[in-house]
Amino acid sequence: MGGIEPQSRWQASAFLAAGSSSFSDFLAAAAPDLLPAKAGSAGTGVMAGQDLPHGTTIVAAVCDGGVVMAGDRRATAGNMISQRDIEKVFRSDEFSCVGISGVAGIGIEVARLFQVELEHYEKLEGRSLSLEGKANRLAGIVRSNLGAAMQGLVAVPLLAGFDEEVGLGRIFSYDVAGGRYEEQRFFSIGSGSVFARGALKKLYRDGMPAGDVVLACMHALYDAADDDSATGGPDLPRRIYPVIATVTDDGFRRLSEEEAGRYAQAVVTERMRVPDGPSAPMEQLES
Amino acid sequence: MPFYVSPEQVMKDKADYARKAITRIRSGVVLACDAGILFVAPNPSRALRKFSELYDRIAFAAVGRYNEFESLRKAGVRYADMTGFQYDRRDVTARGLADWYAQVLGTLFTDSNKPYEVEIVVAEVGKTADDDQIYRIIFDGSVAEEHLGFVVMGGQADRVADVLKASYQPGLSLTAAMGLAISALAVQNEGSGPDAITADQLEAAILERNRTHRAFRRLAGPRLETLLQEARAVGGPAASNGSAPSPDDAGNGGAASQDAEGGS
Repeated sequence: MGGIEPQSRWQASAFLAAGSSSFSDFLAAAAPDLLPAKAGSAGTGVMAGQDLPHGTTIVAAVCDGGVVMAGDRRATAGNMISQRDIEKVFRSDEFSCVGISGVAGIGIEVARLFQVELEHYEKLEGRSLSLEGKANRLAGIVRSNLGAAMQGLVAVPLLAGFDEEVGLGRIFSYDVAGGRYEEQRFFSIGSGSVFARGALKKLYRDGMPAGDVVLACMHALYDAADDDSATGGPDLPRRIYPVIATVTDDGFRRLSEEEAGRYAQAVVTERMRVPDGPSAPMEQLES
Repeated sequence: MPFYVSPEQVMKDKADYARKAITRIRSGVVLACDAGILFVAPNPSRALRKFSELYDRIAFAAVGRYNEFESLRKAGVRYADMTGFQYDRRDVTARGLADWYAQVLGTLFTDSNKPYEVEIVVAEVGKTADDDQIYRIIFDGSVAEEHLGFVVMGGQADRVADVLKASYQPGLSLTAAMGLAISALAVQNEGSGPDAITADQLEAAILERNRTHRAFRRLAGPRLETLLQEARAVGGPAASNGSAPSPDDAGNGGAASQDAEGGS
């Protein structure tokens, strides 16, 4: 225990003088090497990121009274599975969560920085940011990573949160340039996102309760894992399930292993019966 | 300055200046109880707060000139978040922050023409009452760890402290601790007793022992009123349990006078 030895750059004046309530701005001024972008910009070639852990599917979908986010558990490096139980969905604050795709190391740092950014603002200002404000801050953090992203160290988040002012769940997606896009109903990012999005397109209905949305997201992740080698499906023997979180006016809640297991088991049981999963009814043409 | 002034004189003048400024402020108290660490001070303002969160289980309390302790508070939040980010959340400790504040205030005292007219408490709530830590840092950077379980901050600390010294015990319930706090603060209000103190005249906050992650909660609005009523009903320090989280709200804060225990 005990105090941290003062380092020369940690002059008191740096802490006393800073005017902004943004933690990442403060780091940029006082300790830029702690930012994910700067830490990653030592890369040499365009493909520097290829052998670093990668790959994902993250899905988010609006439910009645909030939003659900789910992410798979696989990290790949090249053709190897580098981790079976990596977590890619993080609580960023009481009413929002963020999922990360791309290079795992950079993504985790982005999520961590975002968590501290939000808490820092709240402590300094005495109030939380609006959901739009949080979305904008995350865009800034992603934007500052652009240099490293151009060298292959891409990390792109998906933000889902409960907007207390309107009482609805909202979803924001990003591109590497820090562009921020609000998505309606549902969205997915990562190497398996095309498959997940296709599944959700058929399974999602407006106004579904949270439990149904969780089930739809589990099916979507299962379909992504079915077709994308970089996305992992539920690992029933090891009890490793997608990370599933809901954000409602009661705040962020991550489903326990038991709960996630029940949903995973339900999906797998259905797939035993119909391997391609639930099909959507179609209107027949009159002949 | 046209004439030579000895360093001793300069230091003494600065210290007298700061001490006099703080003596004029009304006292507030920091009390360890079984529910956690309670902070209470008279504060009619709804915007200017004396008690704030620094980090997970660590809080900041200050009396004196508002803009000065507010900039110290913000600097402390930046330092805490930076340390927690660079290392880990568990590596941010009250002792580390108290040391840091001591350095900052000491440097300010020596280097600037006018010392900061502030008195600061950094408190950390432990898993058990034995692990609670309360540090007091005064305007010249002297830091002391308070072992009595309570601190009186600010002006005429002696009279307020006398009440606490007589009646404080470790392990008080939150209600009893609040009752004791307002009895102690009431001695500053010429004539009127503890029953005259209303919720809108107070700023109160607590570091809740049993809360995970962020322990700091403001006690304000209906919650504070209920707690005051219960505290008055109970009377002096009695053993009744009541602790509840409270929504963040603009509390009132008054200057707290400090009990001059401060050896450093």
